[in-house]
Amino acid sequence: MSAALEITNLRKSFGQAEIIRGVDLQIMPGERHAVIGPNGAGKSTLFNLITGRFPQTAGVIALHGHDLKGKAPFEINRMGLSRSFQITNIFPRMTVFENVRCSLLWSMGYRYSFWNMVARSQALTEGAEAVLEQINLQTRRDIPAGMLSYAEQRALEIGITIAGGADVIMLDEPTAGMSHSETDYIVELIREVTVGKTLVMVEHDMGVVFGLADRISVLVYGEIIASGTPEEVRGNPRVQEAYLGAALEADH
Amino acid sequence: MTATTHKPQSADFAGGGVTLAGLAPWLIAVAFLLVMPFIFTSNSAITIMNQMAITIIFALSYNMLLGQGGMLSFGHAVYMGVGGFVCVHVMNWDGFFSGLPLPVLPIFGGLFGMGLALIVGSFSTRRAGTVFAMISLGVGELIAACSVIIVVFFGGEEGVSGDRTYGLPVFGIEFLQQIEVYYLIVFWLVLSALGMFLFSRTPVGRMANAVRDNPERAEFLGYSARWVRFYSFVAAGFFAGSAGGLFAINYEILTEENLNLATSGTILLVTFLGGVGFFFGPIIGAIVFTLLQTVLSLQTELWALYVGALFVATVMFFPGGLAGVIMMHVPPLVLGKLHLLVKPYIKVLVPGLVCILATAGFIEILFHARHAALGDDEMTLYWVTFSHLNPLPWIVTGGLAVGGFWLARRHAPELAEAWHEANTDRRASA
Amino acid sequence: MDLVLVNLIDGLVTGLLLFMLSAGLTLIFSMMGVLNFAHASFYMLGAYFAYQISVYLGFWMGLLVAPLIVGALGAGVERYGLRRVHQYGHVPELIFTFGLALLIEEVVQFIWGKDQIPYEIPGILEGAAFAIAGNTIPLYKVFMIFLSLAIFGGLLFVLTKTRVGMIIQAALSYPRTVEALGHNVPLVFMGVFGVGTALAGVAGVIAGPVLSTFPGMAVVLGSIVFVTIVIGGLGSLGGALVASLIIGWMTTFAKAYDMRMEDLLTWMGLTKPEPIWDSAWQDLWTLTSPQVADILPYLLMVLILIFRPYGLFGKRDV
Repeated sequence: MSAALEITNLRKSFGQAEIIRGVDLQIMPGERHAVIGPNGAGKSTLFNLITGRFPQTAGVIALHGHDLKGKAPFEINRMGLSRSFQITNIFPRMTVFENVRCSLLWSMGYRYSFWNMVARSQALTEGAEAVLEQINLQTRRDIPAGMLSYAEQRALEIGITIAGGADVIMLDEPTAGMSHSETDYIVELIREVTVGKTLVMVEHDMGVVFGLADRISVLVYGEIIASGTPEEVRGNPRVQEAYLGAALEADH
Repeated sequence: MTATTHKPQSADFAGGGVTLAGLAPWLIAVAFLLVMPFIFTSNSAITIMNQMAITIIFALSYNMLLGQGGMLSFGHAVYMGVGGFVCVHVMNWDGFFSGLPLPVLPIFGGLFGMGLALIVGSFSTRRAGTVFAMISLGVGELIAACSVIIVVFFGGEEGVSGDRTYGLPVFGIEFLQQIEVYYLIVFWLVLSALGMFLFSRTPVGRMANAVRDNPERAEFLGYSARWVRFYSFVAAGFFAGSAGGLFAINYEILTEENLNLATSGTILLVTFLGGVGFFFGPIIGAIVFTLLQTVLSLQTELWALYVGALFVATVMFFPGGLAGVIMMHVPPLVLGKLHLLVKPYIKVLVPGLVCILATAGFIEILFHARHAALGDDEMTLYWVTFSHLNPLPWIVTGGLAVGGFWLARRHAPELAEAWHEANTDRRASA
Repeated sequence: MDLVLVNLIDGLVTGLLLFMLSAGLTLIFSMMGVLNFAHASFYMLGAYFAYQISVYLGFWMGLLVAPLIVGALGAGVERYGLRRVHQYGHVPELIFTFGLALLIEEVVQFIWGKDQIPYEIPGILEGAAFAIAGNTIPLYKVFMIFLSLAIFGGLLFVLTKTRVGMIIQAALSYPRTVEALGHNVPLVFMGVFGVGTALAGVAGVIAGPVLSTFPGMAVVLGSIVFVTIVIGGLGSLGGALVASLIIGWMTTFAKAYDMRMEDLLTWMGLTKPEPIWDSAWQDLWTLTSPQVADILPYLLMVLILIFRPYGLFGKRDV
């Protein structure tokens, strides 16, 4: 079985500073993979490289065996990779329903059509309603997304991310800034909506990571120092050292 | 979390297919347009209505960019102008035009407007915001400046003129009369408005909104923000061009003025005044602006100053424009609390109006005193004739302005409170 | 050869004048993300204020005081207008400054009328400075060059050697970081807006007597200034300088040398259609370089945008 996402010797420099220093990572289809690491380890940069937001300096990123080099975000999305953002990134002036419906358009084959009426498509409406049901926002259907509560916006963000039917889902700190109960809710939601899909996530909350992930990679200073099941990673001395070291540094 | 929420304005746009509720505004508008000439029968009224209808199409087309797609253009007049010039040339093309029914003519304008938008859009829609605005300005100025160089097409300083009556008569109508032209324009107005409305309901029209709100997120949904903008831009070019065709039919002459920055700026002003957030905003804007322009310019030389001040005030205090102000009243209406606002409104708006009129009066006197010919100190203001050397008018207008302002200010908190009350749903929230 | 020198000087004058406007515009843009559409209107106000002051106190007081008034007005616009609109985003800000430009033009017409006003070069600066092969260089042009250079020198000093300059420079490259500087940012914004508009005011004061002072002068120069900063790359001071000079020289040379399209087309081996006034190509054949001088900047802009979308020196996303 070939990997859903395969990263080989990935490097990224901003000016003099090398932020990603040779990352190798293999994520199998259906796997729930978490990338953890101390602040400034390069997790978000790694995400942005994979999704085409920045160009890489060297190395190969392959999605289902296809090289992503030089591809724009929208092209990568069409190849079956979808992502969420650390900062809530929705369409604030459009209704919740419209937000979801827009995320369905491309995958349902509408492309840049100006000869179809969106409201007349049964499939679109039903598809959007189904996603709304999955993320429990049916009652908020017709209000502008910008007026939702924070947790609801995060849920919507996840809804938009999965709606297009991509099989590789990347979530960037999905529980950032949430209370305990909200976190539990979102974790449950993620578990439900990613069944049968490949999940890659960056997360700070260790409870979330160890509860959700099948495999974990630890990124420190732009390198992956350990990769494996939650148990293997937990017991790895280098990981303990990195986290302990970072904690000690933070004490200064 | 409140469980009940009232249905927002956009709900009937978002849901279902063709419904009576969705169709009603259109039917009312069409009936209204058909009846208008029987109410206002004078030739000058029809002239104004023709101008209004053309401006509506142009403003709606402009709002496809600004309101729907988030693209601020300072050069939209160019697409209307080029469409108009093409139509005048078609009119002057004897053999061809005599076989062409006049109502078809705007299609040529539309196609050429669209063609130009295809070329310009290919590089200008790469980015939105400030960069797009500057490119549109530069391209607009370039084409406007070309009008004195490419004389064959733009006719230099005099422009080009034609005669619409040489076209093939339609059911015996030769379009000699203004009223015949009115119905031709109305036909196109309804067609274009419907076309633009439906465009906003298509996948690419919906994505235009998404790209406006958040281009980056739209890219991660599989859409290239650039191409979404491009399609809106080209469609807007078509409708602007057809508006130009109607302009050519109505006025039978096009000049450099139809291309320049002043015209492009005016349409921005019209659209923003009406409100960019709603489909019908530009329609209101075009109606109000045309009326202001014709009525005010008859009354005072300073009308542009007042319109400019109104525009700046709109941007600063009512960024939603007139449509936004109207739609603000929907929630209180739904809650059945609109009546709470009546008294505070009177208390604030009446002195406010007095203040504005008095300020305008003061400005008029000042203007007269400064610029009138020597010895000509007589002037008429609000049906009163007096000399600007007399201090009384200065004192009266100045006093009323200050007094009105003071009174309006004093009642403002009351209005704010009533407004808050009218928007609070006691049944739903704790 | 001597004529070339004369044109170089003329183009330099135009270029420096453009730069005085585009520098302020760039500073404001880099700092606040706002493209001030009314920038050229402040330039016009500079000329009008200077005229009014010169009527009573002479040219030099005008040169000194008018830019200060313009700067104060600019700061006031930032404080009471832009800051309010800021919450709605950059596009409404641009629309606001556009409305302001309209309003300023109307106000100027209201106060000074629609006609050109007699704002003239002071007696001491009249006459020729020197002559090159029979072409005299007016003293006033030399004065304009030196004054511009002096102002740019002062600006460079402030930007590189003072604390305020450091903050502004930091804002040019790292706007986010400066946002994080806390409470003094609004004041810096207001200051930069004031200084930027004051620079435009100076340009108006010295350009008014040579380019004539009338209510349309803002529109005439305004578009060119915006084109300049697009060519240079939005937010790049160096780019603004280079683009200003290119445009200055390009238009001057196009006007000075009467190059004809006819010669070029004949040289390419085409024959002129006769009679020319019947041909559809008459405009192409009769084209001359002075005719197109004023549209060259726009053409350059379109070309630059097609081949270098970020402008000559631009790099930052807007």
